[in-house]
Amino acid sequence: MTTLLEMRNITKTFPGVKALDDVSIAVRDGEIHAICGENGAGKSTLMKVLSGVYPAGSYEGEIVYDGAAAEFRDIRDSEDRGIIIIHQELALVPLLSIAENIYLGNERAQSGVINWQETFQQTEGLLKKVGLREAPGTLVDSLGVGKQQLVEIAKALSKNVRLLILDEPTAALSESDSQALLDLLLELKAQGVTSIIISHKLNEVKRVADSVTVIRDGATISTIDARGGDLTEDRIVRDMVGRDMAHRFPDRTRRAGEVLFELKNWNVRHPEHRDRQMIRDLSMHVRAGEVVGIAGLMGSGRTELAMSVFGRSYGRDISGEVLIHGKPADVSTVDRAIAAGLAYVTEDRKSLGLILEETIQRNTSLANLGAVAKNGVVEDFRETEVAEKYRRDLNIRTPSVFQKVMNLSGGNQQKVVLAKWLFTEPEVLILDEPTRGIDVGAKYEIYGIINELSAAGKAVIMISSEMPELLGMSDRIYVMNEGSFVGELNADEASQERIMSLIVRE
Amino acid sequence: MDQIEQANSEPSGGLGIGAYIARHIREYGLLFALIAIMLFFQIVTGGTLLKPVNITNLFLQNSYIIIMALGMLLVIVGGNIDLSVGSVMGFIGAFAAVLIVSMDLPVAVAIPACLVMGMAIGAVQGYFVAYWKIPSFIVTLAGMLVFRGLSLWLLEGQSIGPFPKSFQALSTGFIADPFGVGRPNMLALAVGVAAVVLLVWLGLRARSRDARYGIEGEPLGLFVLRNAIVAAALLFVTWKLAWFRGLPNVLLSMVILTIIYVFVTERTTLGRRVYAVGGNSKAAKLSGIRTERLTFLTFVNMGLLAALAGLVFAARLNTATPKAGFAVELDVIAAVFIGGASMSGGSGKIIGAVVGAFIMGVMNNGMSILGIGIDYQQVIKGLVLLAAVFFDVYNKNKEA
Repeated sequence: MTTLLEMRNITKTFPGVKALDDVSIAVRDGEIHAICGENGAGKSTLMKVLSGVYPAGSYEGEIVYDGAAAEFRDIRDSEDRGIIIIHQELALVPLLSIAENIYLGNERAQSGVINWQETFQQTEGLLKKVGLREAPGTLVDSLGVGKQQLVEIAKALSKNVRLLILDEPTAALSESDSQALLDLLLELKAQGVTSIIISHKLNEVKRVADSVTVIRDGATISTIDARGGDLTEDRIVRDMVGRDMAHRFPDRTRRAGEVLFELKNWNVRHPEHRDRQMIRDLSMHVRAGEVVGIAGLMGSGRTELAMSVFGRSYGRDISGEVLIHGKPADVSTVDRAIAAGLAYVTEDRKSLGLILEETIQRNTSLANLGAVAKNGVVEDFRETEVAEKYRRDLNIRTPSVFQKVMNLSGGNQQKVVLAKWLFTEPEVLILDEPTRGIDVGAKYEIYGIINELSAAGKAVIMISSEMPELLGMSDRIYVMNEGSFVGELNADEASQERIMSLIVRE
Repeated sequence: MDQIEQANSEPSGGLGIGAYIARHIREYGLLFALIAIMLFFQIVTGGTLLKPVNITNLFLQNSYIIIMALGMLLVIVGGNIDLSVGSVMGFIGAFAAVLIVSMDLPVAVAIPACLVMGMAIGAVQGYFVAYWKIPSFIVTLAGMLVFRGLSLWLLEGQSIGPFPKSFQALSTGFIADPFGVGRPNMLALAVGVAAVVLLVWLGLRARSRDARYGIEGEPLGLFVLRNAIVAAALLFVTWKLAWFRGLPNVLLSMVILTIIYVFVTERTTLGRRVYAVGGNSKAAKLSGIRTERLTFLTFVNMGLLAALAGLVFAARLNTATPKAGFAVELDVIAAVFIGGASMSGGSGKIIGAVVGAFIMGVMNNGMSILGIGIDYQQVIKGLVLLAAVFFDVYNKNKEA
């Protein structure tokens, strides 16, 4: 096999930071090449160098593409050569149709007049290729994230892609959508498309990658050939974090006490479509000191359940009962839910969890500002003390608590969200995808925090799409499908297969 | 003194004055821009700008803009905008004229009635914005038309005046000098000195507290320089005022209002939560903050201040005219943005808005003294607004 792309000794410096330090990577023609590394390791920077976001001349080193030295001046330049990036945050216009999105900026047109027939016909062909059964005229808005991802890939194909780069393509996808996407990648590979995939999900990397390059702290650590058979998850993790991680989940002693949180006959309808029942007659309980997982596919109603309990932040016509310590609790608004001892760490920390433009200190105190105030006047020295305490306790890596949250890495941002909720001194914590999009090291730390919370007698509910995490952390797992629980498994009897079969059997 | 030394050496050890200014370029830039503009007009008007009578005029002319800028800052920080304030201001002036001049109600009754009316107007607009999620641009655009029309209707297209002396005192009155010296007005001088002492004391206290909590503070040299400039300006202005008629009533109410709003925005949970709502309303809501109620309150507050501005304006002109408040909302909004507030909400400072209003005011006043036509005045003001916001965006991009 020949080499399609070689990036040699790439060094990229930002004022004060060396983001890439002598990174080299070689991608063979027709392979799927995975790039792994912790957040902030330099993966995205490397891809921006490759795609011309950082133009030639702004970095040191050379890029050899398709047998010749390449100097891309901008994205358009690299796209002309068949290098296409699909970013983690999808770049689709929601209120345009699939066809319009695919040919956006690349319209099938003669002298500025769009040929709709050609557009739709070609779109149909592309959609067939990526296995998306939707009409070309469908608005992107009405598609789920998984299908939108497919539209992005169809868009890439429309540009005669040779090298497809996917940045965390499955981060927001459900298990089955992820599988479908990975299958598609393998199929594209069979058709001769080379891919680079950046991913945190090692099982997926293991499944599709022909070779893996691990980057740490802006430098290449290792390149592993998967076909040789020496690719193991442990090996990748070791290279990523630079230390041996014997256990991906910290040990915990199980000590469940009395029932702390109870939900009885919970019903929720869709906020706009009243006829759609999102949560159906659901009951659950969590004991003090227990970590209870909720497994389920995307759209099974896990987030809707959590948000409807937390101050009716989702849905309408909500009925049912919430008991805390056996007594009915008023959770009808968010502030009442907080007062009742509930905390909800949202799935989407950037848009729902944090005020990015504000400091760590102000985000930490946000949900319990009254506790650092007297007669409505904030005592900022007390606020600083609180923020400092959580910075130490949760090991938030930052020069100071006056740093804006937007400057932190994903893992540290997530710790700030946790700090905010811990400061409300909750009894019941609902964690919705608590480790999404954060690196292995930070994940481990967050698992440690969860264990400490349960050791302190809190009731923890963990919603996660990552099965190993659910299995590794939970004492008990509820399996959810279409708005109700279809099974309940104890830690010792749970496995990925059993959970999936419970979902599928419905 | 000991604590100050520590404050300087400890946290800001590695940071020079230049680097510090570069990082806080927005705050210093605004102050220096105001000074530069004042110096410029002082020179080109041949010293007229800073004559005692003109300084007094500057405050009187701009008081209503500054009063409304205080409320507008909160509205904008909360992620909204209010286009109706000019019309509301005119409407309240007309309402006051009808109550006081046509219906002969006592001033002590009419003023509270007008303020309550302003709050009611703000409440109605805020209700649609906060609870029905109608964009504030649309709601207040409607309000702008409605209240412009209503003031025409109230006044039947005529001007109503004059007002009794007690009402005029709202704006054109001066505080009596208890020391009874006359010129120079001892009260004005005493207030000037007291203000300087208070500012320096507050600054020192904040510095020593910052040092105690390891907060990186302003380098000592810069702290001294900045306070020296502000103190000199304060003493200069009060000295000049003392040689005219002393402290105008409206200056006092402006200063008190500014202090109240600085306190509310920077120190209280209420103010903090408004910033949170503007910064990310979904996150704020999920943190237990009643976002709708806060948005509603920013509009009620805006209505109250627009009403106050309407009274001050009518009192100064001594008549209510159908044209009062025309296009004033633009000056108010411009002042807030020149002062560094962000269009998307979540950031901006009261002091910034006040300085922004003064920048607009000094330019208006200076250009009028020079006899520059209203046409060029508009062009120049527009360019200054664009330049200020461009400066913001440019710095932000450089940071990123």
